[in-house]
Amino acid sequence: MQFRAVVVMVALTAFAPSVYADARASSKSQVEFGIKVAQNGLWKEATYRWQKAVELDPTYAAAWNNLAIGYEHEGKFEEAQKAYDKAVALDPKNLLIRQNYDLFKEINDRAKRRNDR
Amino acid sequence: MTARSAATIASLLLLTTVSACTNFFEVPIETPISAKMDVSAFRRVLVAGFISGGTEDVDANLETVRLLRSQLRSKSGLRVIEAEVLPLAEMAADKAKTAPAAAAPPAGTPAAGAPPTTTIAPVPPLPAPAASGSAPTQAPAQPQAQSGPVAAPATAEAKIRTEKDLEKYQSIFADVAFWKKIGEEYENPLIVTGTVLFTPHQTSGFVTRNIEQYDQLGRRSVVPQRTYMERKGFILTPKFIFIDGRTGATLHSETMHEEILYNSQQNTPALSSYFELMDKVIPTFLGTLSTQKIRGTRVLLR
Repeated sequence: MQFRAVVVMVALTAFAPSVYADARASSKSQVEFGIKVAQNGLWKEATYRWQKAVELDPTYAAAWNNLAIGYEHEGKFEEAQKAYDKAVALDPKNLLIRQNYDLFKEINDRAKRRNDR
Repeated sequence: MTARSAATIASLLLLTTVSACTNFFEVPIETPISAKMDVSAFRRVLVAGFISGGTEDVDANLETVRLLRSQLRSKSGLRVIEAEVLPLAEMAADKAKTAPAAAAPPAGTPAAGAPPTTTIAPVPPLPAPAASGSAPTQAPAQPQAQSGPVAAPATAEAKIRTEKDLEKYQSIFADVAFWKKIGEEYENPLIVTGTVLFTPHQTSGFVTRNIEQYDQLGRRSVVPQRTYMERKGFILTPKFIFIDGRTGATLHSETMHEEILYNSQQNTPALSSYFELMDKVIPTFLGTLSTQKIRGTRVLLR
């Protein structure tokens, strides 16, 4: 019984990184494709790809950052806010994510002020 | 292999390496901010005219109508009706003289001089699609107002100096029958009207300015210094009122306030100050009617 538990533990330890690496690799390919199409102005397709990317790997800060930008481009401010929050929480030291978030907040605040007026 | 081809290969290799290592991409984005008002029921807009005052140096009624029409033409999806500018101040003065009782605001519309409304009335659906579908941009008939008291616009405007003076004329905006009639004449557009007060302003007091200083070694430093200054400029207070041309009811109104001050020695023409101030007001005005896109850049990460 004890032997079986040890085998399971060893198997989990051995395979977990590869499963994680697979998820990150698939997610990364979605992110890269999203960047390519976004650069060509196909923002809906790009946003779809980044949605897939965060589904595949919810710990991928860059994917959340790109998804937030995609939502921002579509005018979906609430979704963008949530995605930026995730990106910042996952990678708080990333200055580029912070910079994007600050620029977004400026526009979001302006839109809110306008609607409140 | 020559030195030149070796350099080309090396630079190509470097380029490939750099592009492979790039983990971020700056992209331009356009963030849309949706319009405050739902104007989907309208295809055309009539900037009718404004009750203006403050200074005689600028015909704020005419200039505001011209500016708003040109902005709406290029930055909104609505077709702009080209019509004569209504001398609203005269019309309002005339109305007040002839029928003071009729000027009482009906229920559901803001009273004269009331604070700007923040609520937007629901827009009923377009009643006659045939009329609006092929509606010409040019009005088929001159508005009733044109045959009214058009003469001597300066006489009434000269009397409007302050916001208090404006209040006397504001009952015209609550006159549903008047606006409905104008709406009928122009085939039920969205009507933009309101008041524009453009007043000269003078003030004096202490102002903090940064003064350049050089020490004995020639080192430069900037020191804030408080100096007493005489300044003059202008204050622009426009109130935009959006009226449903089908019913004559006010849909939305918005008051703004902008001011600019110059050094008293500086001689800035009133008209250029007016345009400088209107430049600040226009984005908010357009944002009421149409979705505005804010351009910027973001960084996509790999």
